[in-house]
Amino acid sequence: MSENRIYLDHSATTPVDPRVVKAMAPYWTDVFGNTESSHAFGREAANALEGARQSVADVLGCRLSEVVFTSSGTEADNLALRGAAWAARSAGRGDHIVTTPIEHHAVGRTVDQLREVFGFEVTRVPVDRHGLVDPDDVSAAVRRETVLVSVIMANNEVGTVQRMVQIGRICRERDVLFHTDAVQVPGRLPLELDEMNVDLMALSAHKFYGPKGVGLLYVRRDTDLASAITGGDHERGRRPGTVNVAGAVGLTTALELAEEERVEEHVRLRSLRDALIEGVLARVPDSQLTGHPRYRLSHHASFVFRGVEGESIVQALDMEGIAASSGAACAEGEVEPSFVLKAMSFAPEWGIGSLRLTLGRSNEESDVTRVLEVLPGIVGRLRGGA
Amino acid sequence: MSDDCRVMVALSGGVDSAVAALLLADRGYEVDTITLLLREDQNGGAVPSPEAIHRARAVSDQLGVEYRLIDARDAFRTEVVDYFIAEYTAGRTPNPCVPCNRFVRFGFLLDYALALGDAHLATGHYARIQRVDGRCQLLRGRDSTKDQSYFLYRLTQEQLAHAMFPVGDLTKEAVRGIAARHNLPVKGQAESQDICFLADGDYRSFLAEHAPHALEPGTIRDTEGRLLGRHQGLAGYTIGQRKGLGISAPEPLYVLAIRPDENTLIVGTADELGRDECLVEEMHIISGEEPPDPFRAEAQIRYRARPAPVTVEPLGGRQARVRFDAAQRDITPGQSLVLYEGDVVLSGGVICETQDSVL
Repeated sequence: MSENRIYLDHSATTPVDPRVVKAMAPYWTDVFGNTESSHAFGREAANALEGARQSVADVLGCRLSEVVFTSSGTEADNLALRGAAWAARSAGRGDHIVTTPIEHHAVGRTVDQLREVFGFEVTRVPVDRHGLVDPDDVSAAVRRETVLVSVIMANNEVGTVQRMVQIGRICRERDVLFHTDAVQVPGRLPLELDEMNVDLMALSAHKFYGPKGVGLLYVRRDTDLASAITGGDHERGRRPGTVNVAGAVGLTTALELAEEERVEEHVRLRSLRDALIEGVLARVPDSQLTGHPRYRLSHHASFVFRGVEGESIVQALDMEGIAASSGAACAEGEVEPSFVLKAMSFAPEWGIGSLRLTLGRSNEESDVTRVLEVLPGIVGRLRGGA
Repeated sequence: MSDDCRVMVALSGGVDSAVAALLLADRGYEVDTITLLLREDQNGGAVPSPEAIHRARAVSDQLGVEYRLIDARDAFRTEVVDYFIAEYTAGRTPNPCVPCNRFVRFGFLLDYALALGDAHLATGHYARIQRVDGRCQLLRGRDSTKDQSYFLYRLTQEQLAHAMFPVGDLTKEAVRGIAARHNLPVKGQAESQDICFLADGDYRSFLAEHAPHALEPGTIRDTEGRLLGRHQGLAGYTIGQRKGLGISAPEPLYVLAIRPDENTLIVGTADELGRDECLVEEMHIISGEEPPDPFRAEAQIRYRARPAPVTVEPLGGRQARVRFDAAQRDITPGQSLVLYEGDVVLSGGVICETQDSVL
C-alpha cells in the first residue's frame, strides 16, 4: 500500500533531498561549535556558516551581509514586518502599512497585531477573482505615512503570482520598503531581487526539499530594521539565538539544487499541471479553477467544486492513498470558505469545496491519471450523499 | 546640474560612433567623448586596441572636443566576462552585447556621464528612440540590414530617456559617406560589436583561458544515444548548427541539444529540429506596463534572425511562454528573444528552455 501512495501536497512541505541530508551530516557531530565562540570549534562552525551564506548570496545575486538565517519562513516574515515597522516608527517616518487580503497568516496576523497592539494603520488592497493585485491599487493606497508594502509573491492556496516588478517599482518611486513572502517560489520561479526592487524577502527551506526548522530573511543593505527578537549578536543581532549551522547548510544546498534544476522541473511539472487542470475541469461537473490561469506556479493546481466540502474530498482521496489539501493547510477545520477565497469573492456554496493539488519531484504522469480516475467519482458520491 | 545640451559620446574607434559624435556637434550639442577600456587580451594588450583608441582620440581632436579614456575593466569583467563564461559552462549560447549595453555602457558609463554633468549618452548603435506620451519607445534602426535594437532591448525607461542614437536614422552607406566627406580618421570596417572579445579567434583563445572545459572534445550522439562521432568542445556549437560536425550521414544532421554534464552534443535530422514553443525568463518590458493577456508579436530569436510571428503568454515571475506560428530550427537557450510590433521593440527576455527539450 505505502509504495502506491501519491503525494500531491508539495506546497505544504517536501521531503528532504538526500544530497541535502548528506551535505548537512558533518554539522551535527563533527563541526558542532557555536559560531560566536572564539576558539577553533567556533571558528570552524562560523566558517561553515559563512560559506553557506556566500552560496545563498550567489544564488540570490545579493551580498553576504544581506542574508539572515532564521528558524522558519514565519519567523523571517515576523522579523521583517515588525522590524521594519518599529524602526520606521522610532525614526518618525510614519505608521501606515499596505498589504493584501491573501497573505499567509505569517504576514496577515503579524500585520493585524501591528494594528491592534501597536497602533499601526493597515490598508489591504483588493484582489480580483484570480487573486491578482492591481499595481495601480497599491499606488493609490501608498501615502505619505506609508512605511511598508507587503505582498505575497506567489499565493500558497491558489498559486497566483503577483506582478512584482510593477509593485516594486511603485515602492521604489515612493520610497517605501517592499516586503514579500516568497516561500512558495524557490525552484519554481527566479528570485530577481533587484528587478523586483524587493527590500525584504522570506524563504523557508522545507518548501524546496530542504530541512524543516530553517528559513531565510533577505534584508537589502541599508534597510533600517529594529530587532523583533532581542538577544546576542548572532546574525548581526538581526536574529539572535545560536545559529543552526546544519540547517543553514541544508537550506543553502537545497536552494542551489532547486535553482539548478528549476527550469527543467518547471517545464516538466507545468505540463503535468496543465493535464491535471484540463482533466479535472473536463471530468468533474460544476468545477472551477481557482487562482490565475496563467500567472500561477508551475506545480500548483487548485479548484473549487460546488456543493461539496473540500475537507471531505481530502479525506476520500486519502483513503485512495492520495495526499492533497483543502486550501491552505492552516485554514483547514473551518466550514466556511478560506479567507483567500472570500477575498476573491467566491460564494460559500463554491468556496467551501476547495481542493489543492501541488506537484513535485516524485510525481509522474501516472499520478495525474490516477487522480483523474478517482476524483470525479469521489465528488459525485459526496454530492449524491449530501 | 546637467545641462540639456551636453552629450557624452562613447567612441569605439569605429565609424558609427565617430559619425554619431560629428552629427551631434553639428546639431549644436556640447559634445565630449569617451572610450572605455574593457579588458586586456591574452597578450596583455588593451581592448579596444591602441589603434582604435588612437583613432577615437584623433576624431575628438578633429571635432575639437574633450576626449577621455576610462577604465571600465571591473564593470566589464563582472557584468559581461563572468556572464559569458558562466553561460558557456552551462551549455548555453550567450549574447554578451546585451549585458554590456545594459550594465557597462548604459550603467557604468551613463552614471559617469551624468556625474560629469552631461544630460545624455550617445552611442553609434543603429536604433531609434521615439518619445510618446512622456514614455520612450525603442525602435529598429532605419537601415534594416544594420539594425541593433536587438542588443538594446533591456534598457529601462530611465536609461532610454538619457540615450541618443544619432546614426539610427541613417544607412550604413550614408554613415560611411559622412565619414569620408569629413575625412574622419576611421577605418570603416570595424563593427562596434566586434570590438571587444567577440572578434573571431580571440574569443576561442579567451575561452581556452577562462573556460577550458568548454573546449574539451567529447561525444556526439543521436537522440537514441548512439555514438556518431566526436566534437571539438561544446563552445564551438550552437542549436541548429549543421556545419563542422564532421559526421557523414545519409541526411544532413543538426545540433539539437548541448549537454554540458555529459560533454555531449545531441544531433538529429531537420525533422527533429523544429520547435514551436519556448519558455523565456527575465522578461523586460520597455514600456514598463505588463500586458495581462496573451498578445501577438514578432519574435527575433537571434541578432540576425528573421522576425517570426508568435503568440506570447505572460506567466508571472517575469516569465513568458512564446508560441511560434511556424516551427523554428534554432531556438537556442541563452540567446535573447526580442519581441517587436513592426519597428517598435515591445519587450524581450532570455530563452531558457524549448518545449520537448527533454530529448
